[in-house]
Amino acid sequence: MDFSFLDQLWLARIPLLKGLGVSVSISLLSIVVGTVLGVFVGLALVYGFRPVKWIVRGYTDFIRGTPVLVLVLASYYVLSTIGIDLGPFQAGVLALAVFCSSHVGELVRGALQSIPKGQTEAAKAIGLTFAQTFTYVLGPQALRQALPAWVNTAAEMVKASTLLSIIGVSELLLRTQELISRTFMSLEFYFFAGFLYFVINYGIERFGRYVERKTAVPS
Amino acid sequence: MTNLLEIRDLHKRYGTVEVLKGVDCSMRQGEVISIIGSSGSGKTTMLRCINMLEEFQGGTIAIDGQEIGYETAGGARRRKPEREIARQRALTGMAFQQFNLFPHMTAAANVMLGLVKVKKMSRDEARVLAEKWLDRVGLLSRKDHYPGQLSGGQQQRVAIARAIAMNPKLMLFDEVTSALDPELVNEVLQVIKGLAEDGMSMLIVTHEMRFAYEVSSRVIFMNQGRIGEEGHPREMFLKPRTERLAEFLKTSTFN
Repeated sequence: MDFSFLDQLWLARIPLLKGLGVSVSISLLSIVVGTVLGVFVGLALVYGFRPVKWIVRGYTDFIRGTPVLVLVLASYYVLSTIGIDLGPFQAGVLALAVFCSSHVGELVRGALQSIPKGQTEAAKAIGLTFAQTFTYVLGPQALRQALPAWVNTAAEMVKASTLLSIIGVSELLLRTQELISRTFMSLEFYFFAGFLYFVINYGIERFGRYVERKTAVPS
Repeated sequence: MTNLLEIRDLHKRYGTVEVLKGVDCSMRQGEVISIIGSSGSGKTTMLRCINMLEEFQGGTIAIDGQEIGYETAGGARRRKPEREIARQRALTGMAFQQFNLFPHMTAAANVMLGLVKVKKMSRDEARVLAEKWLDRVGLLSRKDHYPGQLSGGQQQRVAIARAIAMNPKLMLFDEVTSALDPELVNEVLQVIKGLAEDGMSMLIVTHEMRFAYEVSSRVIFMNQGRIGEEGHPREMFLKPRTERLAEFLKTSTFN
């Protein structure tokens, strides 16, 4: 029996594709959930009442100061000790989403605070309510401001999804490692996995650039 | 007949620093009042209290008999609900030193925003009105330009169109030419003069003494949080009654 790399790849296509699917699902879910949560975190940091602000500030500082791997392990092993029993996939996505939310929260805060105060004043002066001011004046400007950094965060989440292999989620890296332990073609398959991650992140980056171009304000 | 604007005993503090120490002022429909004074005298603060961009701790401001910002019930003074304050802000229009156009919207969209969202006009109605006012400030041909594509003077004229299109009872101008290059000042002043000729009621905080002299029906000189002197521009500029005003006029350029 002497299979080439391509033969092995063909034989392993189904588990690899499944792994890829799982990786993409983890990333997408944690980015979407993390972004939605993160917007609220950012809003709380900027507009929240004092106690709310302090609590949320503590949350983001704590999460951002903790290694993602620790968050993943904690979410899987520690939560079960207090009666929250999550499967590895759910626990992993939860950890990544929480991590993502603290980063997006900081992005949103920074973007909102970079908008000159005059913008809010001009909006108030024509009689807009706070919600209208946010929707039509501050939000769109903050979005443009935060977009490039958000693309970075999204790419980070894809990379962080590999950490879920530690708690046994059969994502792309774990599938690759299983494959390597059977074929001993470590170089080839690690490269191949690396290539797939690159393709995903390159796609995200291109998409970000596209949106940036689409929403750019002429000047 | 009630006055358009009635300010009584207005007090404003930042922390322990009192910047307005009891200002009284009333203004009739159609008056153009310039507010002059050195920086820190409270003239901009007074203007910003009128549309509640600043809170104030004492006194009352009323527009057309309607008390602005606060209500007194059972002896207790309370800030009005935010929605009510937003509605009251639309009674006045304001132009700022830094223009404050919304940079992600075209000139026309800047003018239309308040018309559609506050006045609840249809987009078509709003567009017609926006174009009318942009034409009035001489910028109809720039209606699809973004603020970043306009000069400072043009941006300020769009900002004035944005405020005035809302059909305010009173226009507030806060040092609208201070951030402009000298050669762009005039085009903005011309627009304001035009509005004065139309009978628009205006309160103008300015450092342009010649302009204040020419356009105002009355001039108020603010000094250390109080009204130092007020009167007809000719008397104020040519025969100041107080030492402080004479001093101030000496140090400011009147050309």
